Amino acid sequence: MMPIVRTLLLSVVVALAPLSLVAIAAAGEAAVLHGDLGPPMGEPIHAQLTSPPNVPPPVHRSYPAKVIVDLEVREVEKEISEGVRYTFWTFGGTVPGSFIRIRQGDTVEFHLKNHPDSKMPHNIDLHGVTGPGGGAASSFTAPGHESQFSFKALNQGVYVYHCATAPVGMHVANGMYGLILVEPPEGLPPVDHEYYVMQGDFYTVGKYREKGTQPFDMQRAIDERPTYVLFNGSEGSLIGDKALKAKVGETVRLYVGNGGPNLVSSFHVIGAIFDKVWFEGGTHFQENVQTTLIPAGGAAIMEFHSVVPGSYVLVDHALFRAFNKGALGILKVDGPENKAIYSGKEVDSVYLGDKAASNQRSVAAAASAAAKGQLTREEQQRAGETLFAGTCSVCHQPNGEGLEGVFPPLAKSDFLMADLKRAITIVLNGLTGPVTVNGKSFNSVMPPMSQLNDDEVANILTYVKNAWGNQDAQVSAAEVAEIRKTTKRPAGAAH
Amino acid sequence: MRACRSLLAAAALAAALGGGVATGGERASLPAGDFTPVVAPGNDLKSVRVEAFAVDRTPVTNAEFLAFVRAQPAWRRGAAPALLADSQYLAHWQGPLALGPGAGPEQPLTRVSWFAARAYCAAAGGRLPTWYEWEYVAAADELRRDARQDPAFRERILAWYALPSGRPLPPVGKTPANVYGVRDLHGVIWEWVEDFSGLMVSGDSRTQGDPDKLQFCGAGALSAEIRDDYPILMRMALLSSLEANFTTANLGFRCAYGASP
Repeated sequence: MMPIVRTLLLSVVVALAPLSLVAIAAAGEAAVLHGDLGPPMGEPIHAQLTSPPNVPPPVHRSYPAKVIVDLEVREVEKEISEGVRYTFWTFGGTVPGSFIRIRQGDTVEFHLKNHPDSKMPHNIDLHGVTGPGGGAASSFTAPGHESQFSFKALNQGVYVYHCATAPVGMHVANGMYGLILVEPPEGLPPVDHEYYVMQGDFYTVGKYREKGTQPFDMQRAIDERPTYVLFNGSEGSLIGDKALKAKVGETVRLYVGNGGPNLVSSFHVIGAIFDKVWFEGGTHFQENVQTTLIPAGGAAIMEFHSVVPGSYVLVDHALFRAFNKGALGILKVDGPENKAIYSGKEVDSVYLGDKAASNQRSVAAAASAAAKGQLTREEQQRAGETLFAGTCSVCHQPNGEGLEGVFPPLAKSDFLMADLKRAITIVLNGLTGPVTVNGKSFNSVMPPMSQLNDDEVANILTYVKNAWGNQDAQVSAAEVAEIRKTTKRPAGAAH
Repeated sequence: MRACRSLLAAAALAAALGGGVATGGERASLPAGDFTPVVAPGNDLKSVRVEAFAVDRTPVTNAEFLAFVRAQPAWRRGAAPALLADSQYLAHWQGPLALGPGAGPEQPLTRVSWFAARAYCAAAGGRLPTWYEWEYVAAADELRRDARQDPAFRERILAWYALPSGRPLPPVGKTPANVYGVRDLHGVIWEWVEDFSGLMVSGDSRTQGDPDKLQFCGAGALSAEIRDDYPILMRMALLSSLEANFTTANLGFRCAYGASP
């Protein structure tokens, strides 16, 4: 009886005068620590966790509570890039891990569960915890077991959490990080959209976009030479249908973390200026920011309002990471044009060329037909068209006509049609220097495309040699394999 | 410290469950030798002497362990007390005396506690290998007694960690025999060792330089000698996360024979 009455009374107090409640709690429990808003009140609350890029709804609570967080560690194989598989170690099945949202002063009862299928023990270090190891030693958990520990969130801000089991760098490199947001007692100002993005660097034995299942490369990690630098754990996680979305006139808040393990992020949104950035995830904000630095194991909150419709590209402005290692995402803003603010061509088709929504079914169909030895020219052409759109069309153009004086044409190209072996060699090894095509000279650089497998090169060449008025025989994977065998593969060839 | 307590509390009970006869697999004889373990036994002692001993050529299989529990009702699933084997002990078997589709007879036994593994080895006239014995035999590849400095050897071991978990385990004896004729030390399962709790690293691996933070029962300072031997660091991490009654889906054992070091 008594506890219920007291709870009711407290609820009334909470509803009427949240500030005096803090005073009462402080007096009762001698809570003198900054951020300690007294003992938890009310019924325990089960935290609602979300997968990236989603963020749980605001807390909307005026008293400190006991919040129960259930987080499950899973080791899962997923796509890191198109056709490239990688075994990620995850908090909650995703990279980054589930987003946790609580209120300053909350007491968190944390349950870390390590799935029975896990090979490794894991733990969690939450940067929002005050205490040695951030909970790491208390949460060290064998496969098929569960650990529990509690902490009071004394400091507001957005904090990285990560695994701290040996070898720590490897656990983090495999995707074991995420964000926990500790709201200030009064909450955060309302916005139209909140999104969750986290950068990480990845180290595979195979080169960038080399197909198949790729193991972790310890030496590359030690050398800090990542194969991939990614937002939300896979190339294309924020592209196409999965792009972040907003409408003209809306306010967007991003919670952006950097798991590392090695690189610092120069986070930038092409075409946008952040109205506010709570740099380093702290209490104060800077205004009118173009690029903000997010350290490995750090995070930031940024807000901006959308004015002009279009696609805004999230990048690590250390640009080779963006365009050669995958650190790209899209925020798509829909709405009426605002020519007074911005009028002109958008450039994101170039950035997106590689990722253009493609019908990968045709590629899969060709691969399966090839495996059965029944690959038709039509299947090759369809697959080649898709692959061409993703890999080649940015320079040679979707109509195969190239760009005058820069990129040679493939449509009705005498250079292309004259010599198949030369064409295969150029795709595999690139081409630098002067060539004459249809009587016009070009002096440019094509990077090697050796990340494409033999089937893919054969399909692309079959397509271009039979498109736009060209006509020729099928190109077989065996012909490509023959030339790949006899040419030395340049180091770091993947474009 | 947690592990120490449960070891002491349960040791008498485990002994009371007694021994009997278990069938053992083929054994390999290992010569005595000096070697440098990844974790030094003491501040000034880099090398350890491993005396001659014998060890099972392959991990204990489901079929072998079934024969053991047939002979020893106290170690059957459901009979072994929770203090000695957690709730997932032999959980993948169809029944206490039936392997079923989830546990092939030739597959390595997993979901076994340290206590149960010890009892099995005692019944087979042996014991669990020590950490140093295990590291000594596992340092070898097909041609060399100590291949640990070879990056290719490490990569091969690390490749196992890159494989998704949860797929069926291969039968024992399918990996190449090392120079001693011992198989499956890497790339199949984790294995218990006798002194798994004495080499415990802190639950927070980053405090290894701080002796106050080390949680270990045995004597001697713990410091990793070969800091880039990630396979062994990962093995230590796994063993350190365990209590002696824990079982996991990837953890089994093999027995050693000869005088205890």
